[in-house]
Amino acid sequence: MENGKNFVVGIFDDEDILLKGIKSVRQAGVKIHEVYSPFPVHGIEDALGYNRSRLSIVAFLFGLTGTSLALIMQIGMMGVDWPMIIGGKDHIALPAFIPVTFELTVLLAAFGMVGTFLVISNLKPWAKPVQFDIRSTDDKHVMAIDLGKNKIDRAAIESALKASGASEVNEKNFD
Amino acid sequence: MIEENFDFSAAAKKKIFAYLGIGVLLMVVGIFMVMNGGHGHEAGGHAEEGGHAFNWMQRVWVNLWINNVYFTGLAVIGVFFVAIQYVSQAGWSAGIIRIPQSFGFWLPIGGILMLATFLVANHDLFHWTHHSLYEEGGAEFDEIINGKKGFFYWPLHEHPSFPIFYVARMVIFFGVWYWLFTAIRKESLKEDMEGGTDQWRKMFRLSAIFLVFFAVSSSVSAWDWVMSIDTHWFSTMFGWYVFASWWVAGLALITYIVVLLRDSGYLSFVNSSVLHDLGKFVFAFSIFWTYIWFSQFLLIYYANIPEETIYFVERLSSDKYAPVFFVNLILNFFFPFLVLMTRASKRHERFLKIVCPIIIFGHWMDFYLMITPGTLKENGGFGLLEIGMLMVFASLFVFVALSNLAKAPLVAKNHPMLEESVHHNI
Repeated sequence: MENGKNFVVGIFDDEDILLKGIKSVRQAGVKIHEVYSPFPVHGIEDALGYNRSRLSIVAFLFGLTGTSLALIMQIGMMGVDWPMIIGGKDHIALPAFIPVTFELTVLLAAFGMVGTFLVISNLKPWAKPVQFDIRSTDDKHVMAIDLGKNKIDRAAIESALKASGASEVNEKNFD
Repeated sequence: MIEENFDFSAAAKKKIFAYLGIGVLLMVVGIFMVMNGGHGHEAGGHAEEGGHAFNWMQRVWVNLWINNVYFTGLAVIGVFFVAIQYVSQAGWSAGIIRIPQSFGFWLPIGGILMLATFLVANHDLFHWTHHSLYEEGGAEFDEIINGKKGFFYWPLHEHPSFPIFYVARMVIFFGVWYWLFTAIRKESLKEDMEGGTDQWRKMFRLSAIFLVFFAVSSSVSAWDWVMSIDTHWFSTMFGWYVFASWWVAGLALITYIVVLLRDSGYLSFVNSSVLHDLGKFVFAFSIFWTYIWFSQFLLIYYANIPEETIYFVERLSSDKYAPVFFVNLILNFFFPFLVLMTRASKRHERFLKIVCPIIIFGHWMDFYLMITPGTLKENGGFGLLEIGMLMVFASLFVFVALSNLAKAPLVAKNHPMLEESVHHNI
């Protein structure tokens, strides 16, 4: 948890209320730290104003690395380091290299993407899970608001949450 | 409730007829160029028995065959797309389902053209139709083709005269495709009037039957209409290869027509997520086509068995076909792969409007490359005749599709999934 210690937590029963709630809370000038849902909610990224993930760029770059690595490896081994005649083909027989190139491209793109995702999402095995309300794993949507990052005072945030349809408004403090 | 009707305006018809006119003009000029192209042309210009000496009519027949196979493929892919949507109970495509549906009206035209072309010009197109190949002890007796005669001539294969089995397959495929298409179309129009889910369930059943039949018939038609040209040669990938080419071209055509309709003010409820899905289809199946293409190529290349490699030797060691061979790969793989890779390009009409026509042309070229080298050998070419005939077929196909699109509401307004299509969000 980065620098946030004191949170106001809004509980929402229904995803339609949640989506409207996110909009009205943000209109009231409150910065939302994160929303936790038991299932994917359509349109929640747009409502929260998230930018498009740049993970696809990472995938492309890792894929490109895989392509280059595979071609360099095969051309280096089969064409330069130890040329061998296999099946009467040229030393550098590009069509024969394509399956390996394809596999390495996919492998590096996949590993690179998963690794990047784990790192940027702070999902290392020894990371302590942040639990704002255990019911977000069951049937409630949980909206966390970092008091330290909001200039509005707690009472205004709580009333904005209540006005936007939260069924409960709680506190959560991390030490 | 969305009610929209497509008005096939006089201006649009004029435009299509202009393309048709240009196509006919190019075709005629192209035929004259081929006639005077140095190859001695026979007086009268009728297809000669035997087809060993080149004459310009053969090139016309071959072009007719390329376009017949390609546009029949686009038509049947329209029905296939509709069938997949109903069997998978898809919601996203409900708003655009009438567009692929309208492709099916080409099927009877394509079937009659193909049957007529085969009956008139079979000797110019298919080596296996020459009877001398089956005369044991004769000078031209061909043991390999003789072994395959049952596939073409059954039940008369003892004395091959008329390819009953072959023609029967062609008639049955077109017949069943068209019959299931009209049945689906009928239910779809009935749904417009009545509403409810009865028709939707019936279309599910009809579509499932179509898919089972198409699974077999698409492969067999690929062997019949394309692979049997190179009679000695065979590839177990070929059914998939032809299907993949048809499928991605059909998807590109559906996408292109949706985008153009949106440009002229129709289908404004089709949101960018639906376009994204169509774009993903085109992108993914371009890669699928390449995968099939390469799987076929790699095995033949690596095994290096002469009776298999001949197919690629004919194409790669020829000055005429080698450039087409590489352009084919660039247009159908590298170009869509790199352009449609990003999310934004699949969601924006600007990109789709560039990529789709190129893929449609690219896969026509793919069929050119499958059919021409085996029939015309080194007498083939890529000139005004090819371009002109493609334009004629394309404008006729679009005319048939659009005029039938105008006959029924543009949106299947009682489709049970229409709401889902409108709110589609990915």
